Amino acid sequence: MKHSFVDKYSDGHSLIHHLDPRVKLIFTILFILVVIVTPPERWWAFLSCFLILLIMVGLSRVPVIYIMKRSLLVLPFIIVVAISVPFFRGGEIIGSYSLGVFSVSVTNTGLRIFTGVLTKAWLSAVSLIVLTATTPINSLFKALNQMRFPKILIMILSFMYRYIFVLYDELLRMKQARDSRYLGIGIWQNIKTAGSMIGILFVRSYERGERIYASMLSRGYDGTPHILSELRLSKVDLTFVCLSGLYLLSIGIIANII
Amino acid sequence: MNEAIKVINLSYSYPDGHKVLKNINLNIYRGEAVALMGPNGAGKSTLLLHLNGILSGDGEVLILNKPVNPKNIKWIRSRVGLVFQNPDDQLFSPTVFDDVAFGPLNLGYSEAEVYQHVKRALEWVGMTGYEKRSPHHLSLGEKKRIAIATILAMPCEILVADEPSSNLDPRSKWGIVELFKKLTMTRVIASHDIDFVRALCQRIIIIDHGEIVADGSVDETLSNHALLSEHGLAATVNTE
Repeated sequence: MKHSFVDKYSDGHSLIHHLDPRVKLIFTILFILVVIVTPPERWWAFLSCFLILLIMVGLSRVPVIYIMKRSLLVLPFIIVVAISVPFFRGGEIIGSYSLGVFSVSVTNTGLRIFTGVLTKAWLSAVSLIVLTATTPINSLFKALNQMRFPKILIMILSFMYRYIFVLYDELLRMKQARDSRYLGIGIWQNIKTAGSMIGILFVRSYERGERIYASMLSRGYDGTPHILSELRLSKVDLTFVCLSGLYLLSIGIIANII
Repeated sequence: MNEAIKVINLSYSYPDGHKVLKNINLNIYRGEAVALMGPNGAGKSTLLLHLNGILSGDGEVLILNKPVNPKNIKWIRSRVGLVFQNPDDQLFSPTVFDDVAFGPLNLGYSEAEVYQHVKRALEWVGMTGYEKRSPHHLSLGEKKRIAIATILAMPCEILVADEPSSNLDPRSKWGIVELFKKLTMTRVIASHDIDFVRALCQRIIIIDHGEIVADGSVDETLSNHALLSEHGLAATVNTE
């Protein structure tokens, strides 16, 4: 079975796709740093950050709607983490609600911080999505390797990428087998089946891990991963990293002094 | 001495006490093509995993006259190439190139040598041009060929393959047969596919319940219908 839900557009050909992955990685890290240090309510700064991402997406010809849809996926996680902020911050109370014996109040500062957290997290997520949508995962691993990222972590990441599809296929087959015998029993039974499916998937993955390790040992693996990287920086890469770096840094600095 | 593989009194039990191999004695000579046949669960795969020291039971295994022990293990693993039954276990890298390069890199080859070995191995299996592909997007037949290439990229003198024809359609299966026929190294092929074995091997070893129950030439063994059906390798009902 073929799945492309993870990296549908990363094999494209465009200015952004052809940039050195290290350059894009540095850009993304710098971008996230600038977004983090920008105080909340500097809307012009967030907008300027968003603008550069939009330009990159435009140049890469990845559909904007794809990036936006994907970025919505992270929102529930951020909201769960940040939901309590408006209620527990001091400051001017702008509304209170009573729920039976409890009464909660929303404060002005709390709400400001909440929107700030939401914006920052969302912008960071978009920048990561732009990175992965314009860079084949293999180049990303090579970039990490050349930037002296621990090799063992790169290996774990690459296994994750390789086997997420295999696991997904396995899950689909199990689901098909269940559905062929599923005759409309209750929801409780359904949850029980799902539980045992997760268990089986875990055991199978564990066993597969053992077999993969055996096959690695068979080819002389002795605990030290070796990765070949042959990346070269071009003038376009340097221009990109200088211009975007300058742009992001000035946003970060101006937003912090005014 | 011309023995590629010598197994002396090898026994192996799973940690739960179940005996998988019972007192196996075996000689395989250089350049031979030997089929290891037997029903499911007979201990074929377990025996194969002893040939490069992934498992070590009681007894002794000699590869090219050197004992399999922690001191020799690296050398032995570079000389014994193991092709696993499921290519999804053998191909674990994001691209075909990385997978074929894995062995040569572990052997400490230089960058140029790695490229050269990968190129030659992929040529051998007829998969040139697949370097950048992701293993997940290949067909099973293609994956099996790449899995063989990962072994051929190493300086191996003994090829050990666990059910190389399983789950393949006839065309892919005969493609693998053609490929194996080109090889001149010592070959040990675990299989219960009689056509496949007849096409590739000169000698058959049958193993059942962890013991060697027959060892003879292909013609002799495959014409002994009673022996084959006793060990679950042929139909027990007369189909004629």
